[in-house]
Amino acid sequence: MSTPVQLATPVETPWRRLDPRMLVIGPINGLVQVLPVAAVLLVTGQGDVARLWITGVIAGLVVVGKMLTWQTTRYRITPERVELHSGWLNRQRRSVPRDRIRTVDLTARLLHRVFGLSVVQVSAGAGTGSEHSGLSLDAVSKAEAERLRRELLERAAVAAPDPGTGAVGPPVQELARLHWSWLRLAPLTFSSLAGMAAIGGTAFNLIDELGVDPRDIGPVDEATDRLVSAPIWVGILIIAGLLLLVSVVGALVLFAERWFGYRLTREPGADGASTLRVKRGLLTRRSLSVAEDRLRGAEIVEPLLLRVGRGAQCRALSTGLTKDAQGGALQPPVPRQEAHRVASAALRADPAEITRARLRPHPRQALLRRLTRALVPTAAVVAIAFWLGWLVPELDWLGPTSLVLVPLALLVALDRYRNLGHQLTAEHLVSRQGSLVRRTVALQKHGVIGWTIRQSIFQRRAGLVTLEAVTAAGQGGYQVLDLAAGDAAALADATTPHLLP
Amino acid sequence: MDPIAAVASQQQPPLRPPAHQVSRRAVLWWRLRSLLALLVVVLPQVAVLVAFGADSPGWLTYTAVGSAVLIGLYALLVPPLLFRIHRWEITTEAVYTLSGWLVREWRIAPISRVQTVDTERGPLQQLLKLANLTVTTASARGPVKISGLDEQTATELARTLTETTQATPGDAT
Repeated sequence: MSTPVQLATPVETPWRRLDPRMLVIGPINGLVQVLPVAAVLLVTGQGDVARLWITGVIAGLVVVGKMLTWQTTRYRITPERVELHSGWLNRQRRSVPRDRIRTVDLTARLLHRVFGLSVVQVSAGAGTGSEHSGLSLDAVSKAEAERLRRELLERAAVAAPDPGTGAVGPPVQELARLHWSWLRLAPLTFSSLAGMAAIGGTAFNLIDELGVDPRDIGPVDEATDRLVSAPIWVGILIIAGLLLLVSVVGALVLFAERWFGYRLTREPGADGASTLRVKRGLLTRRSLSVAEDRLRGAEIVEPLLLRVGRGAQCRALSTGLTKDAQGGALQPPVPRQEAHRVASAALRADPAEITRARLRPHPRQALLRRLTRALVPTAAVVAIAFWLGWLVPELDWLGPTSLVLVPLALLVALDRYRNLGHQLTAEHLVSRQGSLVRRTVALQKHGVIGWTIRQSIFQRRAGLVTLEAVTAAGQGGYQVLDLAAGDAAALADATTPHLLP
Repeated sequence: MDPIAAVASQQQPPLRPPAHQVSRRAVLWWRLRSLLALLVVVLPQVAVLVAFGADSPGWLTYTAVGSAVLIGLYALLVPPLLFRIHRWEITTEAVYTLSGWLVREWRIAPISRVQTVDTERGPLQQLLKLANLTVTTASARGPVKISGLDEQTATELARTLTETTQATPGDAT
């Protein structure tokens, strides 16, 4: 009931609803989610009427529920906050202060794209309670999503909308776009392999859940028979070859799905604060935006396989990145040169000032520490292997085989030492470490909000410490491993003058 | 530089120790805490030994005695060591702490980047009039913790730190 008093208050921002097309998409998505249950009910039921009814009721409930969700969800953007009210029995009210918004990401899965919709994920920086996690609007029209993204990222005072500039749009600078030659690096990333395993596992599960034994399928059964009758090493070779083939093809497919239409752009904002934007995706379109004044540095990540293929990936160190931002990846796996170029373009700094800086090597004692840390656990494993071989005669091959680990551990230790390094450039603290995954981090000096120096008793005897630059961005802290105790204090002091006691 | 001097300079701690020590009662608190651990670890073993008598597994006597001796030694020797190591200081620029027994840890958080200041006291600490002070910054790995402070010192520190941080504009990232 409205009263004159309420009318007298300043005009409130009206509440808005999600796009009405969600009345179709929501139920469809919900039905897809219950599809496995329904399938199991129907397949195992063999036409049992009760099961048909149950399935129908579940489907009906899902449809009504999703429609109610749309009916009860409202959002609005006031000058200070973004607010989202949702739920019917279990009411939720979420609200994020606009000055805490770090990133606004748009995601459009296939169905959303068909209907021209997009999910808006607003994430806030470190804070307390619900303000921490941000909120997501699922979903609004593409145009509305784009408008929200711009409005929320431009934290300048709300200027009067100017129809002239609004129509033209600010000039957008392109920093990088997809080269299909990068596809050759796709099979070298572990995430692709893991992704393939996941897909394979899901497929097998699905087949299993439908009550089909893969061996009941004719060709599979014949192939299994032939494999079993062949010598064991032939079988192993064939299976390994098949796995390799499947994962390579899978990696290529995944790469194409994730990075199709990839573009990295810089969009100047109204208040001079520009935004880095990554757009990508074949079936699911994604747009990740990082406000440039939230950027605290960049990281070049090189997993071993990718490093062997002379590839790398650049990630942004930004405050308040969402979890599915893939750690702030600014690009797919690319040739190393390209990764450093994008880091330099994103940070507006010469590569020699950031990730390509000449690094200072770490003291000899650090090599000794890498060696002991790699070889002692390996020795333990070898000892256990020999002991098991001695206990169980059938396992006597275990000990000698495990000796292979020793040279491998040695190589990793040497590589880890070779990769250790740090440097302080004009604006950045650069540090590198790791062998299986080599990471080169360039962190802006003003992004350092504290220090942690750690020294174990072994490090104390070697005169080494591990220095960690604490920051609000990325993982929250970046280490410089095993540097001389005196150098650590000097480095920290040079990075943040007057801070150290 | 001659090698002996080089080694000596390497063994220097990276930073000077902070100025203040924690409360002397913290030693007692650490001791009581390890005695609680003793109760939790050893009591069930003793209970089994008493309840089952000769039927209880033979190794249980050894583990019970072993863990009792280890925790007892810890309670006897380590808390005074911790008291010697744990130090804190609040300079005009930063909160600065040193802690850790096997792994020394120096932590520095600029006062201008402090977001929240909390004090907490567990039941044992209430008994001994002690408190922990936790200072968080915008980083996920940022919290600087001073444990075993005198209750009044902690309250006073929290008050002054909160006042200073409220005077600093921005969201400290």
